[in-house]
Formats: sequence, structure tokens, C-alpha cells
Amino acid sequence: MTKKINTYTPELGEQELDLLSRLSNAMSVSGDEQEVRAIVYEELAEFKGNMHTDAMGNVLVTREGSDDDRLRVMLAAHMDEVGMMLTKEDGDGLFEFVVIGGVDPRQLVGKPVIVGRDHVPGVIGAKAIHLTTKEERANALKVNNLRIDVGLGGSKLVEIGDRATFDTKLTVLGPSLRGKALDDRLGVFNLIQLLKNAPENIDLLAAFTVQEELGLRGARTAAYYFNPDIGIAMDSTPANDLPDFDGEENTSHNTRLDDGPAIYLMDGATIGDRRLIKWLTETADSEGIPWQYRQPGKGGTDAGEIHKTHAGVPAVSVSVPQRYLHSAAGLVRIDDVVNTLKLMHAALSRLDKSILNPQENT
Amino acid sequence: MATNSLLNTLQMLVETPGPSGSEHLIRSKVEEEIRDHVDELYTDALGNLIARKGSLGEGGKRVMVSAHVDEIGLMITHVDDNGFARFIPIGGVSPLTCLGGRVLFMNGTQGVIGIERLEPNEQPTLAKLFIDTGAVSKQDSQIGVGDVCGFERPFMNLGKRLVAKSMDDRAAAAVAIEALKAIHETPNEIYFVFSVQEEVGLRGAITAAYGVDPQVGIAVDVTRTGDTPKGVKMEVALGNGPAIKVRDSSFIADPRVVNWMVEEAKSQGLPYQMEVLEAGGTDGAAIQRTRAGVPAGCLSIPCRYIHTPSEMVDADDLQQCVSLLTGLLAKAIEI
Repeated sequence: MTKKINTYTPELGEQELDLLSRLSNAMSVSGDEQEVRAIVYEELAEFKGNMHTDAMGNVLVTREGSDDDRLRVMLAAHMDEVGMMLTKEDGDGLFEFVVIGGVDPRQLVGKPVIVGRDHVPGVIGAKAIHLTTKEERANALKVNNLRIDVGLGGSKLVEIGDRATFDTKLTVLGPSLRGKALDDRLGVFNLIQLLKNAPENIDLLAAFTVQEELGLRGARTAAYYFNPDIGIAMDSTPANDLPDFDGEENTSHNTRLDDGPAIYLMDGATIGDRRLIKWLTETADSEGIPWQYRQPGKGGTDAGEIHKTHAGVPAVSVSVPQRYLHSAAGLVRIDDVVNTLKLMHAALSRLDKSILNPQENT
Repeated sequence: MATNSLLNTLQMLVETPGPSGSEHLIRSKVEEEIRDHVDELYTDALGNLIARKGSLGEGGKRVMVSAHVDEIGLMITHVDDNGFARFIPIGGVSPLTCLGGRVLFMNGTQGVIGIERLEPNEQPTLAKLFIDTGAVSKQDSQIGVGDVCGFERPFMNLGKRLVAKSMDDRAAAAVAIEALKAIHETPNEIYFVFSVQEEVGLRGAITAAYGVDPQVGIAVDVTRTGDTPKGVKMEVALGNGPAIKVRDSSFIADPRVVNWMVEEAKSQGLPYQMEVLEAGGTDGAAIQRTRAGVPAGCLSIPCRYIHTPSEMVDADDLQQCVSLLTGLLAKAIEI
């Protein structure tokens, strides 16, 4: 494969951090992704004419390169996040709700939330410890025992069907970032940067997808539309890298912070294409970018739908490792975010059609 | 009895490792076997091997025949400091059939499966199992995260019955290969698909069916039987002939396709049995739902002990499946 001079050096400066903050703080629970969609449109105004929103709500951007014989590469990052939806008003500012996507009910109690498109503030309360019994404290509260409390004033500003998310603002903690919805705003952020600095040797087909958290639904129609030569999902994956309690070797860390972008071999939805895995790991090695395998396991990314579209698309996923996914506050390393962007840019810059050649071990 | 050609093909197929996503070896074996007997041969983006036989003639149809060449297996998730490897399943793997098992990695490394100490009455889980490749440390290990292995067990010919790992679905691949070789004149444009990643969700057949765009589809796969001591209640038995699938939990076979199979079996005087499978799925489901829909069914080979390292089929059943499939494909299809 030909090697191109890489003139773009990704970094997380003030401007980038501002964009990432707006993305993380935005409310974009599956099925109502309009806030993130608006930011994507604003950031990618230069692509007007090559950008549209499809029937599902995916934002699809085509950025053609200028070299001859270009590979058509689909990159997907999902705009939606897990959250909640109001289902019934109990009066007195209290609302019953359901969760949207995978949320551990134990993560909900006591969290400040924002509700609806006006971001009406509320809280998921629970009985104060003063009044609880020992038995109550020993059992986790279930979602149907919890209420979102927006207060008497707030109840006039929200309605059944409104979505809610955690009221968390992105914060820099030294070398780390703490925020909500970093799954997958980090992917959205990196995809925006890649579009703005796209190499000329490929056609970059960018899909900012919807409803990933409910079953990769947006990616399905996005991939059908693009029918690409190869596909890559850019996502975020759990880092379960804390020591085991019993001092035994942690054999199921999934990924670790600081070890760089996590390249997928197999998850519940996709077996990664060996040619693409090799391309990514070799790029990282030759560029001196740290990388790690995401341990094969369950779960799924947009690649799960991309690879099954039309007559088949070689696909793989690359994720930023993150602690505490799908909670009010995840934690990532800035270096892992930047290294993921570096890897993707370097890898795309050296890509040509020879990647599709059958290989002996694939 | 099965012909020597069928037995040799079968043994070659079942002794080649090829868990889902790592079908390169088995694909090239099949390619070698059929290259001289087909009109067109190609591998698609996911790795399905697709062989065309014949061109559309008077009263003919474009038919897709799918037999998957992947098998269940394991993928390494972690190698610990002492060289023991942890894994997750590729496809439906039971911890019970893993115990004491031997595995063969795609890079040639061999290993055995061990288990942590269990509490009294504790059921084994895959998380409690590990592979011992004989390595004395992590550095010494010849395998790492992402390496893939299949279960290792030699082919066993018991006369009437045949035993091997991966009879699911290499028995069907052998049937498809024999039918492919037996067909010389046909008005149909037949696409034999040796599909990948069936065991993880019919993934290869989904894209192959889209690409082939058939007018009718047949999956060839194994099905379980109800003929073992205190086994499941099911009509299908080893040695009672090809099983014609009516339904499983992935799809309802198109009644026209079912009828077409029944009529062909009757006209050849072959024994056959109707298969109603409670759980399980085949490539037929993927073919049926591609594009705007395709009439699809499944020709099943009765098989005991599915997804264990010792899957058993009947040699006569196998040979009769070849006859039935060949008969179905060799003449104009009216459904």
C-alpha cells in the first residue's frame, strides 16, 4: 500500500475541546437526535450539498477524494445516547419513566437529569437514608420504583414521551475527560475531524447514525445507502481495568485506559475482517501509535449492520476505551481520544484497493 | 451405502478446521474440490465461496443452494502470566462438551481444555474454563488474543454411521459438492454457496443471497433427531432418509418448496421424513428474507449430538440427500 505524507496532526486544543463539550453536553437520546444533528450540520457547513439527513435521521456526508481509483470507505459514529423517556405523570411534578438503551437501574438513583428539548432540570430521587430500613438499603431500586421529579413548575414544561438524560457537563480532569454520552460523541467528534482533514486517496462516506443503542438501527439504512467497499464503526467501549478484588489477574478488562485505540476482533454482532484488523495494527505500529485489542466478547457496534448490507462489506470497529459507560459520567483519557484520531487518519491515508485482495490467512 | 467419493469428500471436509470468521482453509479445500466442475467461481466480500453451474434455460430458475462451511469454535480473550488462555465461544458451544476436549488453532497450535475447581453441584460455565497449550508462561505461549481454534477429533467410520466434529455443516457441504459434480445438464442457473458465519447468525447467507438474487433457495443443513434414549421428542430419526424441513425457529419453509422436495423424493422412491424443529435456524431464513423475498426451504440431514465434537450421521441418509438434491436441481423447477 502506498504511504502518504501525513500533514495533519490531531490535537485537542481549545477549539476542539469546545466542540467536544457541546457534543457531550447535548441531549440526543435514541430516536430524538436533533441536538447533535444540529451541531454536526453547523460544524460541517462546508459540506453542504454533499450532506443530507435520511428517513431515519442519520446524517450522511460524502467527501470525495481527488486521487484516481479511490476506495469508498464508510465511517460510522452514532449520535444517539442511552437515556430515559417519560411515560406517565403521577402529579406533584413526578413522572414515571422507562430507560432507552442499556442503563443499569442502579446507576439512576440520586442523579440530576434534564428533560425534554428545553432541558428542564429534574432529579431521580429516592427516600432519604434517614427513613430507609436495612432491607431497603440492601436491595437496588428498580426503574418502576423510581420517578423523575421536575418540581411543580417543571411539570408544565415537559410531557409524556419527552426524553431525559443525565445533567452532566464535560469536565477536564488533568489528562482525562469526564462527561456523559462520550459513547459515542467521541466518535462523532473524531469523524468530524476526519471529514475536515480527509485524505485524497479515498472517498470518505461519513454516517452520523441514529438509534445505535436500540440495535444498530440507523446504521442499517445508512450502510444500504452508501453500499461502501469497506466500513469502520468508530465507537467507545468499556475499560474494566481496575484491579480484581481478590488480587487475581484481571482476565476480563475488555480494554484499558492509556493503551490507545481499541481494535475489535469479534463482538456479538461482528467478526472483524482480518485484512482490516491487520491494516489498522500495522499502521499503528509503523506510526508509533499505541493500540490494543478490545477483548473478544459481547456487545455490538454499527459494524454489525454495515458488514451485512448488500452483497457484504468487510468491516471492523475501533473504539476509545472508557470507564463507566452508560452512566451519568464516563471517564476517558485525552491521549486515547487523540491517538484514535491519529490512527484513523494515518490508516485512511495509506489505504488503497489492495486491501480487498484475498489473503492467505483471511 | 455412501459412495467412496462421498466418504472421501466428507472426511477431507470434517478434518479441516474452520470456525466462523476463519474459513480460509476450508474454503480453499472446497475450491480445490469443485474448481473443475463449475462454470464460475468467486469469493464475495464476507468470504462466501460461490460456484455457478449452468445457465438459465427453458423453464429454468436461478437457484441458490447454501451449505455453510463454518463450524463452532473458540476465540482467545486473554493469556495469563502462566500461559493459560481464556476464551469465548464462536457460535453455540456448551461447557459440558468442552471438558477434556482438545483444540486445534488455525496457526497449528494444539491444546486441551481445563476447568477451575467447582463448588459441589456447581454447573460449569465457559468462564470457568481455560485452554492449556502446554506453554509455561505468557511469553512462551504460541497463541494470543484473537487466535481462533476448532475442536479436534478425527473422522470415524462406524459402517452405517459416520462420526466427526463439524458434521454440522460439512456433511451438507459434502452433499452439495457431490450433487454439483453429478449434475451435467440443467436448465437452471445454480449457485452453490459455501457460506460463512452461519453459526454466529446466518451472516454469510444474508450477503450471498443478496448478491445471487435467487428465484428459489435451498439450504442444506443438519437437523437434530428424536431417536436417542430419553432425548427430545421429535419425529426425525437417523437412517429414515432425508428430512424435509417444514419449520424451525428461524423460518417457515415455503410450502411450495416443501412440496417440491416431497414430490421429488416420491418420484425417486427415496425415503424421506418431515422435519418440524422447535429451535434452531438455517441459511434458508436468510435467503427467504433477502431483497423482496424468495421462496426458500431446507433439505436436512438427520444428525445426533449436534454441536458436540462427535456429531453422528447415517451414511444412507447422506447418499439419499445427494440423490434428492441432484434430482431437484437437474430439471426445470415448477413451484
